[in-house]
Amino acid sequence: MSIFVDENTKVIYQGLTGSTGRYYGNLNKAYGTQVVAGTHPKKAGTDVDGVPIFASVREAAEATGATATCIFIPAPGVQAAVLEAAEAGMELVVCITEGVPAHDEAYFFNKLKAEYPGTRLLGPNCPGLISPGKANIGITAGHIAKPGGPVGIVSRSGTLTYQALYELQQKDIGVTTCVGIGGDPVPGTSFIDCLEAFEADPDTKAVMMIGEIGGSAEEEAAEYIKNHMTKPVSSYVAGVTAPPGKKMGHAGAIVSGGQGTAQAKMDALKDAGVQVGLNPTEAGELMADIVAGL
Amino acid sequence: MQYGAANCWNTVRLNTVHSALQRTTETNTGLGGTQVDLLEYQGKQFFASYGIPVSDGEACTDVESAVAVAERVGYPVVVKAQVHTGGRGKAGGVKLANNVDEVREHAGNILGLDIKGHIVKVIWVEIASDIAEEYYASFTLDRSAKMYLGMLSAEGGVEIETVAEENPDAIAKIHVNPVEGLSEEACRAWVEAAKLNPAATDGAVDILMKLYTAYVEGDADLVEINPLILKPTGEVHALDAKVSLDGNAVYEHPEYAEYDLTQPRDEREDAAHDKGLQYVGLDGSVGVIANGAGLAMSTLDVVNQVGGSPANFLDIGGGANADVMAGALEVINDDKNVKAIFINIFGGITRGEEVANGIIEAMGRVKLDSPIVIRLDGTNAEEGRAILEPHLSDALMMEETMLSAAAKAVELAKA
Repeated sequence: MSIFVDENTKVIYQGLTGSTGRYYGNLNKAYGTQVVAGTHPKKAGTDVDGVPIFASVREAAEATGATATCIFIPAPGVQAAVLEAAEAGMELVVCITEGVPAHDEAYFFNKLKAEYPGTRLLGPNCPGLISPGKANIGITAGHIAKPGGPVGIVSRSGTLTYQALYELQQKDIGVTTCVGIGGDPVPGTSFIDCLEAFEADPDTKAVMMIGEIGGSAEEEAAEYIKNHMTKPVSSYVAGVTAPPGKKMGHAGAIVSGGQGTAQAKMDALKDAGVQVGLNPTEAGELMADIVAGL
Repeated sequence: MQYGAANCWNTVRLNTVHSALQRTTETNTGLGGTQVDLLEYQGKQFFASYGIPVSDGEACTDVESAVAVAERVGYPVVVKAQVHTGGRGKAGGVKLANNVDEVREHAGNILGLDIKGHIVKVIWVEIASDIAEEYYASFTLDRSAKMYLGMLSAEGGVEIETVAEENPDAIAKIHVNPVEGLSEEACRAWVEAAKLNPAATDGAVDILMKLYTAYVEGDADLVEINPLILKPTGEVHALDAKVSLDGNAVYEHPEYAEYDLTQPRDEREDAAHDKGLQYVGLDGSVGVIANGAGLAMSTLDVVNQVGGSPANFLDIGGGANADVMAGALEVINDDKNVKAIFINIFGGITRGEEVANGIIEAMGRVKLDSPIVIRLDGTNAEEGRAILEPHLSDALMMEETMLSAAAKAVELAKA
């Protein structure tokens, strides 16, 4: 099995008519994802490489039975796009777009939480998620992921997600689902949401978690792992050497006032029984040992 | 694309998937990681635009205009260095002046002063305030609660971190749901919980409601007043201003562009910024180029683990075409501390041969002083390495893994 998406998930692409949306929509479709529709308020009735375009998410969902959307809309339009998807009853909204203002993120996170609890938002500023061999929603390169399991991956960083997939592929280890939760201050889906889903998924036997500096998401995940996870976890936290007060690329990656350091996160994870590697390769090796012992 | 003054801090990350999205917007939505820190005088102007009372004053860049401001607002005045660092008072960057001679003397001394490596180019001259009590007030995002966090304390004028550590009960906190906003009723209860002087209650509620509006409508990451003062006459007033704005929100605030000119950046960071690169200057000897923020951070970690020290953080984004790579190499080559360059690329969607061709072309354009060590992995890595193979020399080396490449680069940097 996999978490959140599989071969039956029908996906609408908001922004399919744009060059980026079209490019990744096509890649995702070629991977096997059920790319059933795109949306554009003024281009209803047309198609993008055979995928029909509807005026709204609601109309697209009614016509196709889709339950998920993937957002490739420029940052100023993201809030409206997320709310439109939630109002149309989408169960999963994957937002790839980077550069969304933090106040917008805080607003639609709380709006969804209060009024659309059935909608799971992933991102913004994330690579999306892939259930290898079944569905790939977003910008992950599908061929670096080996299907099957037994490992689930959750990561805050795009390229380190790829690195993790690749490390496991090199070791001939399969992945059930790999979720990139994104590096922004208010991610729609948290580490804990993913850990919970992996814990419940019978095919996932172990979890690899890639964190980075900033915030306290890793510490909260460590607390969750300590109290609720029966499956083994390996981890890596990027940014041990990041200087305080400087944002390291991601809006969320900043050590401020002594909070959010990689060391504190690694200590919390170790304390929760997590196998912590000092670099992605080491975390991959630790996972290989875990898998060998399953 | 133009990198003029109007949008020069609003450059996009080149050649990334995400920036491709940004480029489709009419006004660029800026860097994913940009922080826009305001100087005190900019913060005060920002506050004033939301109706928050601040002291009458002006920013000056020379002694004569400082004198003119003092003559206008009346004595005594405070002359304050405008730099992006704390400890201004201890460094002699904040002085009280009772007359024109003292203004002339202090302004002359403070302009050009070096405060922790920041040279003072601008001073703020304002009318001095009588202070009965000093408080602290701020709004920021509580990432854990995913809501806004307001903090208010009767113990102002000192670092809030110190108060939080030594006397946490002295800070009254309020969580505000962004969907619901802050009601005046909730604000009043919060002020009462902070146990300020009752004489300050009405004034504090008024300022905090305005501060909340400034925080939300201004798209700020942080708004902080420390100290927020109660005057002997009963008015409440913002005596200082610390404001950080969210660079991602610049499309909603074109006026933010002017703050770009006063952002704290060293020469290297300026050069990288002009090229639209995600760069943070560090003080080591191994120049680092990587694709993706996480991988770039990880590269710094690995360089450290093998006993070296990185000269910078540099994320060139998802791809690695010749233009971006050449720009990155130029910035790193201009850093005199750099003794070796470590290029760490993981091809995802971008294929290894594209990366390799980009590197070769860029090396042809930039005359480098330091050797390069490349680690190329991921999609079509074999093909990419085959392209690099014939170019390998003492100036361009290749390693199989991130760790061995880091070790090689560190060895070269130390040689």
